[in-house]
Amino acid sequence: MNSVEFAIIGAGPAGLAAAALAGEFGLDTMLIDEQGSPGGQIYRAVETARVDSPLGPDYLAGSHLVAAMRAARIEYRPGTTLWHLDPGGPLFLAHAGRTETVFARRVLLATGAIERPVPIPGWTLPGVMTVGAAQILLKSADLIPAGDIVLAGQGPLLYLLAAQLVQAGSPPRAILETTPGANYREALLALRRRWPGLRPLLKGLGSILAVKRAGVRRRCGVRGLRAIGHARLERVVWQGGEIAADHLLLHQGVIPDIQISLALQLRHEWDDGQLCWRPVLDPWGQTSTPSVAVAGDAGGIAGAAAARLSGQLAALDAAMLLGRINGPERDRRAATVRAALAREQALRPFLDRLYRPQRSILAPEEDDTIVCRCEEVTAGAIRRAARLGASGPNQVKAFTRCGMGPCQGRICGPIVGALIADTLGRPIADAGTWRPRAPYKPISVGALADLDAGV
Amino acid sequence: MFRLRRNGGPASVAVVVEGALVHVVPGASAAAAVLAAGFASIRETPVTGAGRAPYCMMGVCYDCLAEIDGIPNQQSCMVETRAGMRIRRQLGARQLDPPNQHNE
Repeated sequence: MNSVEFAIIGAGPAGLAAAALAGEFGLDTMLIDEQGSPGGQIYRAVETARVDSPLGPDYLAGSHLVAAMRAARIEYRPGTTLWHLDPGGPLFLAHAGRTETVFARRVLLATGAIERPVPIPGWTLPGVMTVGAAQILLKSADLIPAGDIVLAGQGPLLYLLAAQLVQAGSPPRAILETTPGANYREALLALRRRWPGLRPLLKGLGSILAVKRAGVRRRCGVRGLRAIGHARLERVVWQGGEIAADHLLLHQGVIPDIQISLALQLRHEWDDGQLCWRPVLDPWGQTSTPSVAVAGDAGGIAGAAAARLSGQLAALDAAMLLGRINGPERDRRAATVRAALAREQALRPFLDRLYRPQRSILAPEEDDTIVCRCEEVTAGAIRRAARLGASGPNQVKAFTRCGMGPCQGRICGPIVGALIADTLGRPIADAGTWRPRAPYKPISVGALADLDAGV
Repeated sequence: MFRLRRNGGPASVAVVVEGALVHVVPGASAAAAVLAAGFASIRETPVTGAGRAPYCMMGVCYDCLAEIDGIPNQQSCMVETRAGMRIRRQLGARQLDPPNQHNE
């Protein structure tokens, strides 16, 4: 069996930075990534991006991270899916339909974030996708939605993509902001408590101004959003308005991708500031399982720059635990990284309060809204199951098939927890989470049969 | 519908979507190719037959399942296109191979 000292899962900013630093320390490192090229979602296809890209300089800066990983003496495995892991034992990897096992002394999960699901009525209609999905099409395929584009929701990515669409010559027809009015006051109070500096605020304002200058129609405080159409999206409706649309791009921020950390039964906690679950970590990213650490947005949302820094901290800790440096050396090298990390995190309290989603986004109000896209289970079915006594997502799954489809509950998980909590009048934290199991992603029986006999 | 960005890269990779030739830029995913070909939906669900298009484009939602080079149930947003790749939309559940096909 192949054996390494340090296995890193995910080649976004956290995984790339960890891999480059681990290589400097001479750690025998394998960087495993599902995608065919490095960068994660934030720097997707950055190696082939051109300098005139409408995506802007912050995106192109990711190429330095990718170049550092390419130059490092580590093993990079693109197009490879981790589908099972025994802490302290082997990793089970699938690549091109074949399975391979690799033993690793330490594992770093740098699996990043997913977009928070936006379960409005009609969100399964063709023509509706996330803002992130549209940005990925722009980054990796140079594709732009044609026809009338409507962006709806909130979060920095909403205006960033709107500005990029303006830059690319396809301004959206309208932006529907769902941010509740009360959020602004809370956000300003957060700014007063912790000043993040002007730069990140100016970047956000720049996007908003670019969109305003392009004459894009904006609506604030939008509620009751729904996508309407027969077979595909035809119009977008909200309380007090409607607009014809070919594309509805939804966004309500991002949440940690915890599918693997949940499957490993690492200790998790509910983050009430970010309204999501995240693994419990020490300041180095160490989880409740000794051989496993988490870095980047997978451990709590802080953005790409913070992810890079937390990846470096995890690599420093790995270098100490694997005997390359001693504790004082680790701490000495970490000091500048921690200072930079604190600066990057300063904006979070402001963003978290400003873009705290409405309750109706977390738990859809109308019973016929689909929650589980795979098995087509509605909010009403989940409420009924909760009233019948299903007290957590795992029981709801057994009652309704919700979460049993190919996505394994990745999309519906957060919605189910919030719906159960709402129905039973309890905090979301009490509803708990799925207990996902291997394979972490569906694999073929052929890939399973391909396992080494020695495992 | 989607269109290629003006001043974008050359759409130099030719793939076949539902029997028709489509050109995409290097690095584009199979899901992107289906959208570039003008299809509104990429699959029909096994449960109700509803049409679906990619929702997340990053390997999470599985609403982009398609048949790629004869292999069904592929997450087409995670598969990079290659010249000559044949992509078909997945309508309903995947078809199991006839039982005797693999008897050698």
